[in-house]
Amino acid sequence: MNQIPHPTSDFITGTYAPAPESTSHVKIQPYYRLFINGKDVDAAEGTRFKTINPATETVIAEVASAGETDVDSAVQAARTAYDKTWFRMSGRERGKYIYRIARLIQERSREFAIVESMNGGKPIRESRDVDTPLAAAHFFYYAGWADKLEYVFPSRDARSLGVAGQIIPWNFPLLMAAWKIAPALAAGNTVVLKPAETTPLTAMLLAEVIRDADLPPGVVNIINGGPATGAALVNHPDVNKIAFTGSTDVGKIIQRSLAGTPKKCTLELGGKAAHIVFEDASLEEAVEGIVNGIFFNQGHVCCAGSRLFVQEGVADTVIGMLKNRMDTLIVGDPLDKNTDIGAINSQPQLDKITKMVNRGVDEGGTLYQCNNQLPGKGYWYNPTLITGVAQSSYVVQEEIFGPVLAIQTFRTVDEVIEKANNTRYGLSGGVWTDNGAKIFHVTRRIRAGVLWANSYNKFDPASPFGGYKESGFGREGGVHGLYPYLEVV
Amino acid sequence: MSNRLSIQKTYKLYIGGKFPRTESGRYTKLSSAKGEYIANMCIASRKDFRDAVRAARSAFSGWQDKTAYNRGQILYRIAEMMEGRTTQFSQELTLQGLTRNQADREVEASIDRMVYYAGWADKFQQLASTVNPVSSSHFNFSVPEPMGVVVIIAPETPSLLGLTSQMAPVILSGNTVVVLASESMPLCAITFGEVIHSSDVPGGVVNILTGTKSELLPHMSSHMDVNAISYCGNNEDERKLVGESAAENVKRVKYYSQPYRNDRGNESLYHILDFVEIKTTWHPVGI
Repeated sequence: MNQIPHPTSDFITGTYAPAPESTSHVKIQPYYRLFINGKDVDAAEGTRFKTINPATETVIAEVASAGETDVDSAVQAARTAYDKTWFRMSGRERGKYIYRIARLIQERSREFAIVESMNGGKPIRESRDVDTPLAAAHFFYYAGWADKLEYVFPSRDARSLGVAGQIIPWNFPLLMAAWKIAPALAAGNTVVLKPAETTPLTAMLLAEVIRDADLPPGVVNIINGGPATGAALVNHPDVNKIAFTGSTDVGKIIQRSLAGTPKKCTLELGGKAAHIVFEDASLEEAVEGIVNGIFFNQGHVCCAGSRLFVQEGVADTVIGMLKNRMDTLIVGDPLDKNTDIGAINSQPQLDKITKMVNRGVDEGGTLYQCNNQLPGKGYWYNPTLITGVAQSSYVVQEEIFGPVLAIQTFRTVDEVIEKANNTRYGLSGGVWTDNGAKIFHVTRRIRAGVLWANSYNKFDPASPFGGYKESGFGREGGVHGLYPYLEVV
Repeated sequence: MSNRLSIQKTYKLYIGGKFPRTESGRYTKLSSAKGEYIANMCIASRKDFRDAVRAARSAFSGWQDKTAYNRGQILYRIAEMMEGRTTQFSQELTLQGLTRNQADREVEASIDRMVYYAGWADKFQQLASTVNPVSSSHFNFSVPEPMGVVVIIAPETPSLLGLTSQMAPVILSGNTVVVLASESMPLCAITFGEVIHSSDVPGGVVNILTGTKSELLPHMSSHMDVNAISYCGNNEDERKLVGESAAENVKRVKYYSQPYRNDRGNESLYHILDFVEIKTTWHPVGI
């Protein structure tokens, strides 16, 4: 490739002058309240918590923390809005409100991207090019479904469920809010959304958008808080459906607590995806796919390609190429447009990654890490490979949720399929080969919900996403993403 | 009337294409509605259930890999074999308390239901699949796949129609099953196992246990190699127990409360879709 060296970069050493995104026109308020019934309200008990920028450890805002009383107010507001307004409104009118949300996100996309990077630590390139446009696209896609629900279930009618309680994670805060809210509203439900504790801010911007879009009060309520807030929402008797994205451990607690209740439930949980490279693959492209698969969003991705399987004949070549490519990755300021790997989302997550990798080494794994100079403040983890691991290794079986790739080799197709499926998870997988028949042989046999062939970590509102086995149940995206918010009558 | 002594049938379990007695050696005496001895029924144990899951797991990939057309023909073959056993099924139902007319109607409805679902085997995919218009240069499509090993808790009544209505939509997509038969009316379930056995259904695809629901339910819903549970019944405690234990490995749980009827109200594409996963595959388009 003939790249013209950037005037400020040192082409020989590959260092770049900083190119930070300006934050000048983004105004983060010092304090965000709860968004209930179309109003900003303090928590009943006045509780607040601080939210930080994980790249600097500085407090960037305070956020009201919802207790049981607040959860109850939010659910009541959603119930009233459902009964009095949203349920009675035509699909066409509902759709128009959702289109408005899509448009308003597009208009404020730069602000959303910056706040997302400041609050969550992800590189601005990703929040700008992936999270924000996909969030807008998700609302736009589902808006159009609102007046077409009679086509969802052939020969049967579809009916909305009522109040949906939705709990989302910190890895794609705005995008996960969009994945949850858009299909719920299109299907005719009202919503109480609880963002993750470490990343409340873009959801509060979304609350502004929802108010500007003039949605009837109570149709969407957004309340921040920790696990107790989530539990209060899950256990609230007047909620009809719970949608949760997060860890498998918490997913199991939710599934257990909903047992025997009429509440519907969808879970999008952890993963430990097999990413398979056959020796007849285009290796340069595969290496880009591996990098994108595990280092995208610091590896804070439930569908991350965290278990690499390379066919023996090309293993040394691929691992060598991968190391060379990793050495060019830039870890640092999430707001810098050169940055490939941003900040780890929180101190506890950094501790968890560190501990898990240490255990991988204790069990005999060999470590390869980039040697980026890490900033003094903030939470950082250099991109990491672990080789010399076995199927039973801790770092092969457990989800790390960080920029850490466990590498194994294989000889035959049957062997790699068996190894790929030897996990309690089943969210995603990847296959690299130039042999088309082999692609479908392998993708058919991997027990997972999303398979990327000669590509990885692609997302689209029209494309259903969700897991097999302990990666959860239900789909988000596409027409299948409407099923969890409707019942067949 | 001849003086010939009739041959009584021994009712056993159906596991992995074989008819073993329960490993526990336990039985319960089943009496007719009039109080006459009918048979000793096996009380399946936790170990029998585990064996059944192992058989179902082993049979899964072969059953899933059969063509949909082939699975449809095998389901149709079940209907053919049931038709030949109409008298026997009907007698078993009357022995257990149904009138002759009720029994005949239930057997006929069970056979027709099997034919109905046989026809779905190579069609439901076309209604549940999508080609997705993604905004990047990829060919992207979503198709249904079977969930794996499914436990079926059949309703007490109707004992044959309930079992067939609950099971057919689950196996036609490629799942394998372990069925717990009606506890109070278990006869037809085992005869149905014999039908399955003579219908080209590979051993292990359908496994049938008789026994005590309260004893087996906790094991059946907590087993770590079961992917999903289909529960038919209205007992709130049982529902809660099934749901809670299922969470241990994030099993999919579907509850059915509607009694299975002879009309077509229970025949639905959506019973099939209750036990499939949706898999989405991406591939780049370009040169």
